[in-house]
Amino acid sequence: MADVTLRRVIKRYDEVEAVRGIDLDIADHEFVVLVGPSGCGKSTTLRMIAGLEDITDGDIMIGGDVVNDVPPKDRDIAMVFQNYALYPHMTVAENMSFGLRLKHYPKAEIKSRVTEAARMLDITELIDRKPKQLSGGQRQRVAMGRAIVRNPKVFLFDEPLSNLDAKLRVQMRIEIKKVHQKVRTTTVYVTHDQVEAMTLADRVVVMNHGRIEQIGTPNDLYHHPATRFVAGFIGSPAMNFVPCRLEEAGGKLNIRLTDRIAFPLPPARAARYQNVARNEKLLLGIRPEHLTEAKQHAEPGIEAFDAVLDVTEPMGMETLIYFTLEGSQVCGRVNPNAGARDGAPLRLAVDLNNMHLLNEVTGIVL
Amino acid sequence: MTSTAVFDKGAPTRKVRHGSMSRDRVWALRWAYVFLTIFAIFSLVPPIYMLITSLKGSAEISAATNPWWVFHPTLSNYRELLGSSQYMRFFLNSAMVSIFVVTITMLISVPAAFALSRMRFWGSATLATGVFLTYLIPDTLLFLPLFKMFVTFREWTGIELINHWYVLLVIYPTLTVPFCTWIMIGYFASIPKELDEAAIIDGASWFQTLTRIFIPVALPGLIAATIFAFTASWAQLLYPLVFTTSTDQLVLPVGILTTLIKGDVFNWGQIMTGALLGAAPPLIIYAFLMDYYIAGLTAGATKG
Repeated sequence: MADVTLRRVIKRYDEVEAVRGIDLDIADHEFVVLVGPSGCGKSTTLRMIAGLEDITDGDIMIGGDVVNDVPPKDRDIAMVFQNYALYPHMTVAENMSFGLRLKHYPKAEIKSRVTEAARMLDITELIDRKPKQLSGGQRQRVAMGRAIVRNPKVFLFDEPLSNLDAKLRVQMRIEIKKVHQKVRTTTVYVTHDQVEAMTLADRVVVMNHGRIEQIGTPNDLYHHPATRFVAGFIGSPAMNFVPCRLEEAGGKLNIRLTDRIAFPLPPARAARYQNVARNEKLLLGIRPEHLTEAKQHAEPGIEAFDAVLDVTEPMGMETLIYFTLEGSQVCGRVNPNAGARDGAPLRLAVDLNNMHLLNEVTGIVL
Repeated sequence: MTSTAVFDKGAPTRKVRHGSMSRDRVWALRWAYVFLTIFAIFSLVPPIYMLITSLKGSAEISAATNPWWVFHPTLSNYRELLGSSQYMRFFLNSAMVSIFVVTITMLISVPAAFALSRMRFWGSATLATGVFLTYLIPDTLLFLPLFKMFVTFREWTGIELINHWYVLLVIYPTLTVPFCTWIMIGYFASIPKELDEAAIIDGASWFQTLTRIFIPVALPGLIAATIFAFTASWAQLLYPLVFTTSTDQLVLPVGILTTLIKGDVFNWGQIMTGALLGAAPPLIIYAFLMDYYIAGLTAGATKG
């Protein structure tokens, strides 16, 4: 058990800077997920923590000790790989005990640890099988078991669920969460799947182009994204962005989307955006769930408007609607009984209490 | 479950079709069999002729009878050869040379292949290509330089290598090591890199990664390389013919050639018997390791 600290960590491959100065503090017992699109440097960061990649500059500390030049085996970490990386010629038990056997643990201790881990992961009856006799989910369990028996300071997961089908992925996600609740080992988990990141993490680190965009709890990132990238990356369907500008009308602050559509800002928002330049190019960020069918009676901050739908996607519990606003495609989520049909007009309501206003040029959320 | 079984029993018997091969595929298979049969006959005739001849006495061999039939079968050729200490000496020399060469080859090429395929160091890619290129140099080009080198070696150290069977232990690896290293590089390259990363994180050293992960996982490739090294050293004729001359230093192929042909007298019965017996060890090894060998030839061709 230990905390992990990254200080201005840089990774350069010849000319390419894969990781451009990362600062990250991971507390003991914490489950941190690094998430971002492919090539954002998240895997490289994880591999640098593991010691599989040298760091070009900066410091990595595990449990307070700088481990920059410590080989992987002496960092007391365990890693779970995307393709499981089980030793094909060894049984499940041998796979799990390999690290302990290399360190010459007593046989009884090895046996009890393997038995305990197998019980926790529900793979006791598979213990004498070879990896090729196992399904993908079972292999992933064994890979986790191999990490657990070592009782390391830190667990590192490198996209462990990407090779599984969707249903199994959900199931294994819950398994991983359960395991972490039991063993409480500090965990760094890399994924490109924002749903995985949201569901597993104590804190999510969103990365892009080798930099950290934002660090926060899942709810933090969802409700208070700092940048356009985070706002667009977290949440599915993604947040809508519509070009807009602010304008003064009768002492009140309005947000104008099109020539026809402008809404008065709710007082709290108006106060917040008071200092934003009126002619600034802005983006209105609104999540699909805040774009619904209009209700009978008005509520403060919720403004109604008419739109002609392009496409509707009935999902059962809700219907996703798509329409075009100022050239941008916008997605909303309406009640299945709201009468949304392809090509038909629908009166919609936008919840401006949950809006985000972004600077179009810098992408920063105001 | 039970009801299903009962239902199946009562089901009407359908016409059994063996597979569902299309007409095209049937014809393709037929042609394949035709050509395979021709090829098998072509390659099996010489050994069969050797077997037939080895069972004949010298009188019958020189008699103008049907050469494809044994009228007076005799094991005298076998008895004479197996009773001859000279022939057994050749056999022993061949066995020693081959076993040592295989050992030396594996001890060099497996770690070399591991280093070249896994440890990224300066010039490793060039070195790997270089290893392969050395294999492309024809053996015969190396006679003179090697001979010269052995002479120089004797002048410096006083150790005579030429005309001793163990000179072959120095020569054969120049052929087997590059090839086996190349085979093993391909084989190791097919092992996903996460496997050695997992081992390293588990606390394995490079050496432990090689011995406990790579060698067991790449065993089919290792066996293919072993078979190659064994066969190559067992069947060598030119090098031992040049570098060894004393009768007690000869290996099997050279021994048969030089001792069983006396002037213009060819002892055909014994030549055939000797060659046939000499072909036995590789044959036995192939038979035992056939499955591995085929796996070794094809694996690594595709990722997966």
